[in-house]
Amino acid sequence: MANLAIGDKAIDFSLLGVDDKTHALADYAGSDLLAVIFYCNHCPYVLAWEDRLIEAQRDYADRGVQFILINSNDPNRYTVDDFPHMKTHAQEKGFPFPYLFDESQEIARAYGAGYTPEIFLFDSDRRLGYHGAPDDNYDEPGAVKRTYLRDALDALLAGKSPAVAQTPPVGCTIKWRR
Amino acid sequence: MKVEFLFWKGCPSHDVALERLRQVMAEEGINSPVEIVEIETEEGARAAHFVGSPTIRIDGQDIDPPDEEAIYGLTCRVYHHEDGRATPLPTHNLIRQALLAACEPG
Repeated sequence: MANLAIGDKAIDFSLLGVDDKTHALADYAGSDLLAVIFYCNHCPYVLAWEDRLIEAQRDYADRGVQFILINSNDPNRYTVDDFPHMKTHAQEKGFPFPYLFDESQEIARAYGAGYTPEIFLFDSDRRLGYHGAPDDNYDEPGAVKRTYLRDALDALLAGKSPAVAQTPPVGCTIKWRR
Repeated sequence: MKVEFLFWKGCPSHDVALERLRQVMAEEGINSPVEIVEIETEEGARAAHFVGSPTIRIDGQDIDPPDEEAIYGLTCRVYHHEDGRATPLPTHNLIRQALLAACEPG
């Protein structure tokens, strides 16, 4: 259960990215909209949606939209989710967004994230405007009927509230330390 | 024919996968019972050699045999469409091929 309700302010973070730089919420003050997306390498739901998220970032980049991916999984449970594998995966896919490692899992806990992927989309005041899944069909891009994320981006860019502000996140559970 | 369907409820696709398995079995005229096994713990995953949800075995053979390095545990399993796209669901074709292979006289 997310700790943030629609309208709540974004929670700050300071995390190492696969570019070996530290990224903080304030670094993106120049972006109109900011999507914090809890993510990982191993999850089939992440992988199924991945190309659509890359495409959405590219489509909306020149409209001031920035996605930030955060991997909070315990790499001791899934080696493929460790920092070196994050670097490799981001490079292979040509990620057009930062990919950050929440090694302490504090940011996932602060947001109340439970799944990968799980999207928290913030408006220009960094208030939560949409929370949930990218769309309504992880398996077949051609069969998508509801493009939740894109609809929310369009609404917020137009200064409106998204018609659908929350959907249940669909994906793998975040792998917490034991 | 022994058909086993192993799942972990933390992975949301198992109901769709089970429905898909039953659909393909019906299409192929296979009326064997499906043994449904819920994996609930890491220990159970190791004991069942469970590499992720959902897993389908026909006569003990995984329909998509995992790598030798695959880790047993409570996780969601990656399958692939024919075009290479990742998916949490075994495809109709993968299930069908495994069922038909098991029907062939050995």
